[in-house]
Amino acid sequence: MTGGGATTEKNVVQTIHDTLFEEMKRDDRIVVLGEDVGARGGVFRVTHGFLKEFGEDRVIDTPLDECLIAGVAIGLAVDDMRPVAEFQFADFIFPGFNQIVQEAARFRYRSNGDFGLPLVMRAPYGGGVHGALYHSQSIEAFFAHVPGLKVVAPSTPHDAKGMLLQALDDPDPVLYLEHKKTYRLIKGEVPDERYTIPFGKADVKREGSDVTCVAYGLMLHLCLEAASRLAGDGIEVEVIDLRSIYPLDIETVLTSVGKTGKVMIVYEDNKFLGVGAEVAAQVAERAMFDLDAPIVRLGAPHVPAMPYAPTLEHWFLADADRIESHMRKVAEF
Amino acid sequence: MAKGKDRHTELGLKEEDLLEMYRIMLTARFCDERQWALNRMGKAPFVVPVSGHEAAQVGSGWAFERGKDVFCPYYRDLALVLVAGFTPRDVFLGLFGKVDDPSSGGRQMPAHWGSRKHNIITGSSPIATQTLHAAGVALAKKLKKSDAVVGTWFGEGGTSEGDWHGAMNMAGIHKLPLVLVCENNQYAISVHESKQVAGRVYQRAAGYGMPGFEGDGNDVLESYRLTKEAVDRARAGEGPTLIELRTYRFYSHTSDDDDRTYRTKEEVEEAKRRDPIPSFENYLMSVGVLDTDKVAELREETKTAVSEGAAEAEAADFPDPATATKNVYADLEVE
Repeated sequence: MTGGGATTEKNVVQTIHDTLFEEMKRDDRIVVLGEDVGARGGVFRVTHGFLKEFGEDRVIDTPLDECLIAGVAIGLAVDDMRPVAEFQFADFIFPGFNQIVQEAARFRYRSNGDFGLPLVMRAPYGGGVHGALYHSQSIEAFFAHVPGLKVVAPSTPHDAKGMLLQALDDPDPVLYLEHKKTYRLIKGEVPDERYTIPFGKADVKREGSDVTCVAYGLMLHLCLEAASRLAGDGIEVEVIDLRSIYPLDIETVLTSVGKTGKVMIVYEDNKFLGVGAEVAAQVAERAMFDLDAPIVRLGAPHVPAMPYAPTLEHWFLADADRIESHMRKVAEF
Repeated sequence: MAKGKDRHTELGLKEEDLLEMYRIMLTARFCDERQWALNRMGKAPFVVPVSGHEAAQVGSGWAFERGKDVFCPYYRDLALVLVAGFTPRDVFLGLFGKVDDPSSGGRQMPAHWGSRKHNIITGSSPIATQTLHAAGVALAKKLKKSDAVVGTWFGEGGTSEGDWHGAMNMAGIHKLPLVLVCENNQYAISVHESKQVAGRVYQRAAGYGMPGFEGDGNDVLESYRLTKEAVDRARAGEGPTLIELRTYRFYSHTSDDDDRTYRTKEEVEEAKRRDPIPSFENYLMSVGVLDTDKVAELREETKTAVSEGAAEAEAADFPDPATATKNVYADLEVE
């Protein structure tokens, strides 16, 4: 973890850029591949300057074929390279679904350990950017359902660096989700030294004794804002950043619920069968008698994420006001 | 028998190559007969037959360098994996789902080949997914400036999948050291080639900037020649090749299929007249590599080896359910 060394303030996208850039200098097995990752430097500029520094062999502009990106990345990993596949938008990952779910996730299990795939798949996800139905989706539930995959969604620059390095060190396929609205919105101090954050460790981003609020991605930041408003009224909300969807750190949630007796899960994805459903089920299974209030899930309505017009996008996506109002109800129960 | 024309010397094949190719073709055929019988006896739930494809697989597979080159086969490639290093015992361990099954330790259905030791990349059931893995491995070889070559095998049905077109596209753009071998047996389960491919498979190569060739997949020497030329080009950095080997499968698609619903008995009998094994046998006798006594001896020897492999595999242990949660992840325990 991090010591007392120097830090630099960065936003999320700069952090991901710098981390990947430095790691590619350190490990020449790493190659990036995807659409527009070369000359364009990625549509979000994550690989800006990579082509010049590392050349065409290691910064590969692929044909416009997400199935190809996933399948070729698997082959690279088989031959002991360290591919980092970029899916330009999470919404476009589905042509690669078969390769990711049936192939990448199952390589180790189906070969009884003979083959493993050190493979990182990056995908910008999430909404609030006028991205409408096909540039806003949350895809974590599809993939977290699949044994053999690890699915992570860091929310801060600090976590983005430590978890990207962990993903690059990981012997198995990792889907590394980057909330695109946090890219430039969220800034923070990032240690200059190399450090990793183990998967399956949630982080208590704010301590409190009245309500436990579980979130990740953009919602984490909105929950923190709502929690700070409630603090003005003497209500202390403990805000937990899951960071890693699978493996899921339920212990940190249970410890908090043991203290607060009340839990809400806030997620941007459609509510039905989303990450919040799993967290709620595990809390119910293991901490029923710690609860002083019904478990609350604040997820998106059951319509495709997410309509375009500002009024419709706002209707779909929770904001700090909406979260605050739910938090108050839970606290007051 | 009259002395036939020597076709193998100019291909660089020696007598011991020919005998080994013949032995593997026989082994595959006898494995097939045994596994089909075991299925009908109720001892093997599922079989993917190879009979008819032996020349295409052994001829193409023989063009690769074992221990260096990489194989991405599909499920019908029993003879190919024998070339790559599998034994009959390995095949039957997989058939029965035994713990020592080298492909998966009894986790996958039979014929889902894989073995790091033999450079066979683990495969699945969805069609043609392995062709993209092959392109990825070939890209890695190219980036590492290795002179290893990757081969991938599939049926003509596989050439309809997007994965296959992606592999062709990637291979063509990057001039990858990849050889794509289509074993065209004219049927994707029941769907005839005429409803699968407009034009011919090998002609699709032109659209991806690579050469494409067709050949008689019932002729092991022809299958070898076409593939060897492609492997040599790939090794020399001259890029990928698509090869279409035309052949036929003698049994149904799998033990769960019934081919009488989509093709006539007469058609199958007609195809069996072009059985690759007797025709190779005749060639080997015509050039004096084999005689009738030697054929009988080799057949007996091979049949015995297959029987012993099957018996050993049948007697082997099944996997312990306590191990079923292992190897989902390298470093995580699951429930």
